[in-house]
Amino acid sequence: MSKQSKNLTPTKDPSIDLDAEFQASNIQEVLEKLDQELIGLIPVKTRIRETAALLLVDRVRKQMGLSAGAPSLHMCFTGNPGTGKTTVALRMAEILHRLGYVREGHLVSVTRDDLVGQYIGHTAPKTKEVIKKAMGGVLFIDEAYYLYKPENERDYGAESIEILLQTMENNREDLVVILAGYKDRMDKFFHSNPGMRSRIAHHIDFPDYGPDELVAIAKLMLESQNYCFSSAGEEAFGKYIRLRMKSEHFANARSVRNALDRARLRQANRLFSGTKKSLSKTDLITLEAEDILASRVFLESAVDSEPNTKNKK
Amino acid sequence: MMTNPGNILTQGQFSFLPPLTDKQISTQLKYALKNGWAIGIEYTDDPHPRNTYWEMFGNPMFDLKDPAGILMEINSCRKTFPNHYIRVTAFNSTRGVESPTMSYIVNRPKKEPGFGLVRHEGSGRCISYTIHSYATDEPEAERY
Repeated sequence: MSKQSKNLTPTKDPSIDLDAEFQASNIQEVLEKLDQELIGLIPVKTRIRETAALLLVDRVRKQMGLSAGAPSLHMCFTGNPGTGKTTVALRMAEILHRLGYVREGHLVSVTRDDLVGQYIGHTAPKTKEVIKKAMGGVLFIDEAYYLYKPENERDYGAESIEILLQTMENNREDLVVILAGYKDRMDKFFHSNPGMRSRIAHHIDFPDYGPDELVAIAKLMLESQNYCFSSAGEEAFGKYIRLRMKSEHFANARSVRNALDRARLRQANRLFSGTKKSLSKTDLITLEAEDILASRVFLESAVDSEPNTKNKK
Repeated sequence: MMTNPGNILTQGQFSFLPPLTDKQISTQLKYALKNGWAIGIEYTDDPHPRNTYWEMFGNPMFDLKDPAGILMEINSCRKTFPNHYIRVTAFNSTRGVESPTMSYIVNRPKKEPGFGLVRHEGSGRCISYTIHSYATDEPEAERY
């Protein structure tokens, strides 16, 4: 079959409806969901769209007998904290599953602790166990640069990387590996592990969010928690975000989430200590401007070191 | 032996069938995983029917989703012990069951000499019977 189709001047050319294939894969639904639920991130979405198109075309080609081998889909996500790397990885697993590239479509999220052992001979079985769990799905390695610690020559991270490389090469159709981390550190990591770099075909950089995008994200988050801003509240949050972005330890969407959690706290406190004893549904779901404006960011708008902001280093 | 024309060990599931291909093994593994059973790989060179506990090749595998990882492990076991019996067991940990639910051989030695019948004469000309694997006449690791 494949030999025949290699002849590129066939007498009768069977055609396959790409649209019908597209419909059948339900991929549109996933991409739309991606558009709705992920604000901004244009380069990321473009790359996902391209990947989806490639896989779809590949599938059609396979039906025609034109095989090209499974494309390598190992990826590297770089970006600042809270730019949505993990969220996109989760979505990626689903997309790849819909397109039939991975069989199960589950995501196994690990960090250095899950891969690297504590004594000689501990690392290999540990890494292999994680790889086995991720087979048929996506292995997401968060903070991947921690795997390699050049300052400690007795560190077992290198062994783990070696096993990973081997599996990434040999079990390409069983497993997709996604590495994630901050841009500068990942660059350093790849610099000292050139084998890793060359085996990862897709390097996707996650840009920081703009203030309007962050407000949109906040609204989405509130919606999923059955809250909403009053119009004054939204305005106050816009101001808050602009101030917060300037302060240190700003972690994009993660900071937004923490800010919303604190606003909820203040809202509850306001309702509790308020004089109004009979509350309507609107009272319960609305975050007012005063819930936002009570934030320390407004008081000391220069430097703000919120201790409970969960920042990864 | 009339009852076992192929002269092969018939223990566990599928043992009267031709050897399973990797694809068939994957399908069986998939079935076990779908049921949430933990899968272990075991090997031995002493396949006496009463030798229930074989050596484990690595730890039993929990929380897997896809058979590819187990097949990888089976193949590495085959590479390490090409002339041993290797079996795959699926363990059901449901409270009250807690026992292997599947067990089948995935690798055999090239030559299987089988078992001989041993007669032991006791007091009063009473005969007790048992079976003895010819292979175990050799010391460990030199069998098969």
